[in-house]
Amino acid sequence: MPEGPTPDTLIERVRLLDPACGLDAQGALLIRDGRIADHGASLGRPEGATIVDGAGAVLCPGLVDMRAQLGEPGYEYRETIASAAEAAAAGGITTLACLPDSRPALDDPALVRLLRARGEETGSLTILPYGALTRGCEGQELAELGLLREAGAVAFTDGARTIASARLMRRALAYARGFGARIVQHPEDPSLAEGGTATEGELATRLGLPGIPAAAEAILVARDIRLAELTGGTVHFAHVSTGEALALIRAAKDRGLAVTCDTAPPYFDLNETAIGEFRSFARLSPPLRAEADRMAVLAALADGTIDAIASDHQPRDADDKRLPFAQASAGGTGLATLLAVTLAQVHGGALPLIRALALLTVEPARLLGCDAGTLRKGAAADLCLFAPERAWLVESGALPGKAQNTPFDGRALEGRVLATWKAGLQVFAE
Amino acid sequence: MAPPSRRHLLQIEGMDRPEIGALLDLAESYVLLNRTGKTPRDLLRGRTLINLFFEDSTRTRTSFELAGKRLGADVLNMSVSTSSVNKGETLLDTAATLNAMHCDLLVVRHDQSGAPHLLAQKVEASVVNAGDGTHEHPTQALLDALTIRRRRGRIEGLTVAICGDVMHSRVARSNIHLLLAMGASVRVVGPPTLLPSAVERLGVEVFHDMASGLAGVDVVMMLRLQKERMAKGLVPSAREFFRFFGLDKAKLAAAAPHALVMHPGPMNRGVEIASDVADDPLRSVIREQVEMGVAMRMAVLDRLTRAALANA
Repeated sequence: MPEGPTPDTLIERVRLLDPACGLDAQGALLIRDGRIADHGASLGRPEGATIVDGAGAVLCPGLVDMRAQLGEPGYEYRETIASAAEAAAAGGITTLACLPDSRPALDDPALVRLLRARGEETGSLTILPYGALTRGCEGQELAELGLLREAGAVAFTDGARTIASARLMRRALAYARGFGARIVQHPEDPSLAEGGTATEGELATRLGLPGIPAAAEAILVARDIRLAELTGGTVHFAHVSTGEALALIRAAKDRGLAVTCDTAPPYFDLNETAIGEFRSFARLSPPLRAEADRMAVLAALADGTIDAIASDHQPRDADDKRLPFAQASAGGTGLATLLAVTLAQVHGGALPLIRALALLTVEPARLLGCDAGTLRKGAAADLCLFAPERAWLVESGALPGKAQNTPFDGRALEGRVLATWKAGLQVFAE
Repeated sequence: MAPPSRRHLLQIEGMDRPEIGALLDLAESYVLLNRTGKTPRDLLRGRTLINLFFEDSTRTRTSFELAGKRLGADVLNMSVSTSSVNKGETLLDTAATLNAMHCDLLVVRHDQSGAPHLLAQKVEASVVNAGDGTHEHPTQALLDALTIRRRRGRIEGLTVAICGDVMHSRVARSNIHLLLAMGASVRVVGPPTLLPSAVERLGVEVFHDMASGLAGVDVVMMLRLQKERMAKGLVPSAREFFRFFGLDKAKLAAAAPHALVMHPGPMNRGVEIASDVADDPLRSVIREQVEMGVAMRMAVLDRLTRAALANA
């Protein structure tokens, strides 16, 4: 970082949108010393300030992505932190929570500190690591949750692996409660899902693919809601994809239980037909669902049952995906498309813009316990400037960053990130 | 507007009645030519057919080999054991190798659903799916249809019961699509654990007992039950399966008096079918299916070769 005061930046002629403050107004925003100094209908131009003309685009808080896998450590051939940071900046993401099921797993306080530091080194992305819930994310022994928490782990999870044992989950919820920490679960009953690659039903039957029943999600969700109730612990369900599971979560919330959840763009933008004739880029975990479930996810986004939208970014390289469907590795990239795929639902009328942005900023920030995701005066100037109507085409091979395994390949989208600022520094410009 | 000629034969699903009918007609002529020994050995002269089998199958491989040779093709057999190599890596590496060899016709058997589709995107040859995972086995359904049509004179209006392990059967899926496209009624009969989810959405009627499932049917198609199904808890034992779902004379009595008995082979005698039924010359057409297999595959190779020429 250069010494001395950096010049002010004034972003003019923008629609300021901040769900955290309920702000929706035309105006300008002033960045000073990496923080949001002021915003309003008309701000004077301080001397020497860099002037950015927003030309009517939307200026919102930098997005907070609460679920992404990074290639580092262990899978650098898929993606590095530098390439993920590049994709995140192009997607308007300035804060990202990374999963701990890397190689090695983030089950040691030193690794959590390392990931945080690696984020700071990018200069464009705050990395908030999840701690491994169990050693090696192997689902056997609890990791050192207290020490990991002290080192900066934002919550605990085994990543893409379900915490299968009810006994272990019960202990984890109870123990983590003592540290005020949330347990994040991949809700899928492993014995029902074993060997499955697509949602059980007509399409999987036609393609001859072993199925995973949608009920595998609901069964795990029902169990863990009950365990949260038993222990007083806090459970968060990641990438919820079925109407049945969402109904259980809605009911649990109505009863006042400490249950939250997120979903990811594939589950409200695509349905199982995206796997077409064995398209391995659409092989995800959980698998893409029936159209009725997609509609249920949209309804749950609108009514508040779902607390956040996460990218569920899972970088893979060509060799991971150029395989027969069932042998291809599950997962899709999501950083560069997070905002635009969400905006598709705004354009389609399913979500108000302010709600969509809340799901991408203040809500995940609240769940992660971080103070990002707002335009409040004095907050770090993490900002995303986007043109809501600007059209573009998602093309595998042309996405920012290294990983190109997007399930949205060929999708035309409206809504383009124009610029991103991290702590007042512009880290992306279209 | 005529549809563009198909370059590959990957699945029955999506094929329509005229296309299937034309293939069956062509196969009819090969049945006769085979019986007289006067097959057109110049049709595929100078062309290379490779049997690429990632799964063992003497029967299907031999049938394609014979079909290719009777049309004058150079036939090579490549067996690749999926267990001994780093699975999918070989699939595309193999595709590159085959392109370098200038193979014209590629017959693929693979234990993964969709593997021939993936290969078809990468090779220059015409790909024939000889069975992929639990997805499809199109030439088996075609030869079954040829057998039925020759015996009954038609397919339309017949009722066919497909019995046993439908869940894991690519033969069943291809047959369901083909028979429905040709205007037959199709039933599937088996324990709920061996019927795939939402199978009724394919347009079939579902039965869980042989007495009602076979009542009045014109054709009984039995499927092979693999031993590992017992280990996975899908059925408790072979003897229980045979008691309720194995085809014996008593169960067959429910079918129409003239009903044909079919099996794609290899049979598990005493598990899905009793020997006296399998070997009954009046009812069983199992051996005839094998004969039709060669003629049907000759027709497929003929058709794909002409399509490749027309598209060249």
